[in-house]
Amino acid sequence: MPPVITVEHLRKVYSHHVVAVDDVSFEVEKGEIFGLLGSNGAGKTTTVECVQGLRTPTGGTVRVLGKDPVHHAGDLRGRMGCQLQESRLPDHMKVWEALDLFAALAPGIVEWQTLLEQWGLAEKRNASFANLSGGQRQRLFIALALVSSPEVVFLDEMTTGLDPAARRIAWDLIEKIRDRGTTVVLVTHFMDEAERLCDRVAVVDKGRVIAADTPRGLVVRYDPLEQVVFTCEMPEIAWLNDVPGARSVTRRGPRVVVEGTGPLLAHVGAALVQRDLACEDLRVIEPSLEDVFLTLTGHLVED
Amino acid sequence: MTDEATGRTAPATAGPAPATAGPAPASPAGRPRVSHPGGLKVLFKLTWIELKLFLREPTTIVFTFAFPVVLMFVLGEVFGNQPGGSNERVFAGTGAMNYYAPAYIAVVAMSVGVIMLPARLTDYRSGGVLRRFRASLVPIWAVLGSQVLAALVLGVIGSVLVAAFAAIFYSVHFPDSLALLAAGFVLCSAAFAAIGTLLGAVMPSPRAAQGAGLMLFFVMLFLSGASVPMEVMSNTMVKIGDFLPLTYGVDLLQAAWSGGTWDWTAAIVLIGIAIVAGFLSLRVYRWG
Repeated sequence: MPPVITVEHLRKVYSHHVVAVDDVSFEVEKGEIFGLLGSNGAGKTTTVECVQGLRTPTGGTVRVLGKDPVHHAGDLRGRMGCQLQESRLPDHMKVWEALDLFAALAPGIVEWQTLLEQWGLAEKRNASFANLSGGQRQRLFIALALVSSPEVVFLDEMTTGLDPAARRIAWDLIEKIRDRGTTVVLVTHFMDEAERLCDRVAVVDKGRVIAADTPRGLVVRYDPLEQVVFTCEMPEIAWLNDVPGARSVTRRGPRVVVEGTGPLLAHVGAALVQRDLACEDLRVIEPSLEDVFLTLTGHLVED
Repeated sequence: MTDEATGRTAPATAGPAPATAGPAPASPAGRPRVSHPGGLKVLFKLTWIELKLFLREPTTIVFTFAFPVVLMFVLGEVFGNQPGGSNERVFAGTGAMNYYAPAYIAVVAMSVGVIMLPARLTDYRSGGVLRRFRASLVPIWAVLGSQVLAALVLGVIGSVLVAAFAAIFYSVHFPDSLALLAAGFVLCSAAFAAIGTLLGAVMPSPRAAQGAGLMLFFVMLFLSGASVPMEVMSNTMVKIGDFLPLTYGVDLLQAAWSGGTWDWTAAIVLIGIAIVAGFLSLRVYRWG
């Protein structure tokens, strides 16, 4: 099956020689949640805007569902859905009017009333856009992105500005979008979000894709060390260095941290049992995408 | 970051929609295809929404509907509608209100064009509304077209209000040629809609657009014969008036209303304005 999106050596230079995207290539397969992960200003948004046909690339090729999004925009109408950063509706436009309008863009009849229910907007159907909260606006934009039953949906920093509870709800909803067969391109700078949702992730830094894989694959490849942590009063811990796979042993207050590879938890546990040491809360902390990101880019995402 | 959006508008590609969705041959000369099955449906839906949005905004209602009627009331109370007497050499020999009724219909068309349209279009462009529309591939001709259609409908309502007010309270005579008046009104509206769209394209912000629109509105209101009759204006005022589009709108509609004739000079000037400003605005208007 051909990929839903193909991007080859995409380059975008704005006026004044600002290179927003230097050289970006990736493919998005049908039915996956594909993440573009990077810090602010890394070139993620420009990349998706080129993919959506909102900007003309300076170089490289972009194909969405086999079409050039800039020159065959008409062929893609209704087949792509977008939730955009920094966009707005007229202040006095009502929620139902927006859905009704955007539904008219899609061929065929669209049941937008069910979207109102699904996205928790039923009570707000007669509210003006200006009177919606940040979270409600986000949900409306997602509903608008989905109203034409698109084959691929772009979500750009959609959980920014949402409180933690609303983020969890949004995550569940994004999984629901994927579960109905829609391909999702998720632009985010939240590591936990990418790790939780994405089937595959491309890490973007300074206008380039510096790594692309499943979140798990990235971790295994770039930051394979895991940590085993437990609380123990024993004064002497140096012997833990002899546990198979262990690389380092450190004490942080009452807690002991063993860093290493392999089935480290089992080995440390066995060694502790062997010495007859009673330890509480023995657990493993797997390396996260955040660690990978730090390893790859050498800077924190908020920088 | 300097923003460079792709979309210059392409008037040549606007048009009726093909009947099928899905893959279709690329348009000739590789131009982006903007027509599609829902195009006209979207145009009418957008127009209807625009009309409702207008009604939800008190300031525009005041300027478009109330202000012209209030001015008509003041003029009517001052000059009445009796021809002759001191009015003999001033209002083209007719009653003052017979003179003002068609003039104020032109004023309504101007007000919609230079005040409402630029404010709306700059707001959409700078505020991210156009971005939102464009991302969902709403055709730009539908966005601009809905504005112009909504402006035309509002202009008709405002004109009927003005005419009805003048007829009921000051016994203004029935237009000598309703057909020519209607044609003149459409032409007038088209010229001012084109000017308004151009302002909306070049003004950086809604505030700037509103300022420029109001200035044009008042300059034209006072110097084009719509308030101060040509006969009592100084030479300088008349000369300035010759450069104001409203002067020709007033001439055209007055000729149709009183006399039932078609003022070709005025019509040609207005057609020229509509074409030039319309073309320029379609060239300049960019997505946000």
